[in-house]
Amino acid sequence: MLNFFLLILIYTCIYAFMSLGQNLITGYTGMLSLCAAGFFAIGSYTTAILMTKFAWSWWSTVPVAILLSALLGVLIGLPTLRLKGDYLAIATLGFAEIVRNVINNWDALTNGPMGIQRIPMISFFGLKVSPYSKYGFLLLEVVLLAICWFLLERLVKSRMGRALEAIREDEIAAASVGVNVTKYKVVSFAIGAGVSGIAGCLQAGFVLSVSPGSYVFMVSIMVLCTVVLGGMGNFLAVMLGAFIIQFISYLPQLIGLSSVIPAQAKQIIFGLILVIMMIYRPQGILGRKKRDNSRAQAFYDQANGDTRNAGRKDIGLEESGAKCEEEGRV
Amino acid sequence: MSMLETKALTREFGGIIAVNRVDFNVERNMITGLIGPNGAGKTTLFNNITGLDVPSSGKVFFEGRDITGLPSNKVCRLGIARTFQNIRLFKDLSVIDNVMMGRHFHTGSLRNRTLQAVLSYFQVEKEECEEYEAAMKWLEFFGLENLRNDSAGSLPYGYQRELEIARALATEPKLLFLDEPAAGMNPQETDSLMETIRRIRDLGVTVVLIEHDMKLVMSICDNITVLNYGQKIAQGTPSVIQSDPAVIEAYLGTDDDEEDF
Repeated sequence: MLNFFLLILIYTCIYAFMSLGQNLITGYTGMLSLCAAGFFAIGSYTTAILMTKFAWSWWSTVPVAILLSALLGVLIGLPTLRLKGDYLAIATLGFAEIVRNVINNWDALTNGPMGIQRIPMISFFGLKVSPYSKYGFLLLEVVLLAICWFLLERLVKSRMGRALEAIREDEIAAASVGVNVTKYKVVSFAIGAGVSGIAGCLQAGFVLSVSPGSYVFMVSIMVLCTVVLGGMGNFLAVMLGAFIIQFISYLPQLIGLSSVIPAQAKQIIFGLILVIMMIYRPQGILGRKKRDNSRAQAFYDQANGDTRNAGRKDIGLEESGAKCEEEGRV
Repeated sequence: MSMLETKALTREFGGIIAVNRVDFNVERNMITGLIGPNGAGKTTLFNNITGLDVPSSGKVFFEGRDITGLPSNKVCRLGIARTFQNIRLFKDLSVIDNVMMGRHFHTGSLRNRTLQAVLSYFQVEKEECEEYEAAMKWLEFFGLENLRNDSAGSLPYGYQRELEIARALATEPKLLFLDEPAAGMNPQETDSLMETIRRIRDLGVTVVLIEHDMKLVMSICDNITVLNYGQKIAQGTPSVIQSDPAVIEAYLGTDDDEEDF
């Protein structure tokens, strides 16, 4: 039972990486992408091939996998990011399928449908991070996830993040204040893709084998679900979403009813959850994270310390209402 | 030399010529009005100048430089800002964030921004404070400073118009295009808007506006250009325009024209 719970947590972390990437792309920049599975596959196969054929260590394959995923993100981004909404979703979906089909058929490199087996274990200064000792692997994942989360939070807190949000809100208006919309979209897509690639490295390091069957369309859908369920534009929320989705996926096994509840039932449950969420809480469990200007605001108020702004942090409608009445202009 | 000139600017949409060989001039430090009945091509002309749309033929010169067909983000960087007929704010962002977006390109390139965001915490914080202060200056200009943390989409309509102008001004433009700024405003709001536009001119910003409110146009514009069916039919000072027979015909019509004045 505990072991099984650890397994869920390990998969949660793997999916959390993809959710973080998807959140930057969809939650912050507002691009509906459906190719998380594609980047996941590229990450996995990069690690698998470099470790088995070239005897690289797992650690050195991670940057390569990130770069390769990001590069492919740019390649798909340049022609397709002018598309919006549904059209972009279809184009990116096609990309994920291309990746899977290439992997499935490029026998010389990927060993086709057989996949690649016997990937060496991750070693950490001579210490093997064995998938059988789940605590070690989980620790590795949590540390990497924390670093990734921290860097992404920094990114969206900066002006770059503000520009991404502006693009999400209104592309034309963003361009009219000097934002190079295409460039920002491509960079956001590339970073999101790179982060999703890390999930692939971990998957390869945990399962110790890769095969094209693990990178199907359903993966992209599940990742999108984690983002919508947790809350778009909130990194903490999407990781929570990843946990919930994984927990539901494995619930039948966890409570020992896997013989009664068919595996397909989880897809029905996902669908049901999404419908219910869309009706009652479209912003997700935690909702969007508001931009935090409190430091700059405090600095400004202090510098302009004429008390004009002191203690007025929570002024809002009353005061603006008063202003409207004064000027007779509601 | 005019600050901005279009030379025989034409924009066709299929068989329809929305803007037909228009020569439009904007003189520095003046308020220029662009009027005409609905569908005359005023907004299309704006869009072609500000890079939202590419002209079919003709040229646009800004301070002697050919800017024809430049994308809008580059046009903005040269010092031309604009507002939109149907307000385009970043609705989910706060008021102050909207104005800070106007400061966007004053703060270095994308690469620097990305690396800096991740690597140098204190630099980012420091610059955010500077940008915040610059943005607050514009909110104070419009008296919106107390609403800074409200989300832009929740503001009353008149404030949204002002906020959009504040965001445009935050880009520190030399030339500001306002597309129907008084649309949907009551007379008091329109009066205060007129005052605001004069204050913007006094800052040294050249203003061009599309407007249907003739009282506003006639009282604040130094120079007016009239379009009808995509063609320029008149240009001159308000008094000249008011007595121009072609303008009177375009607005009042000769037979079954529906345009009301």
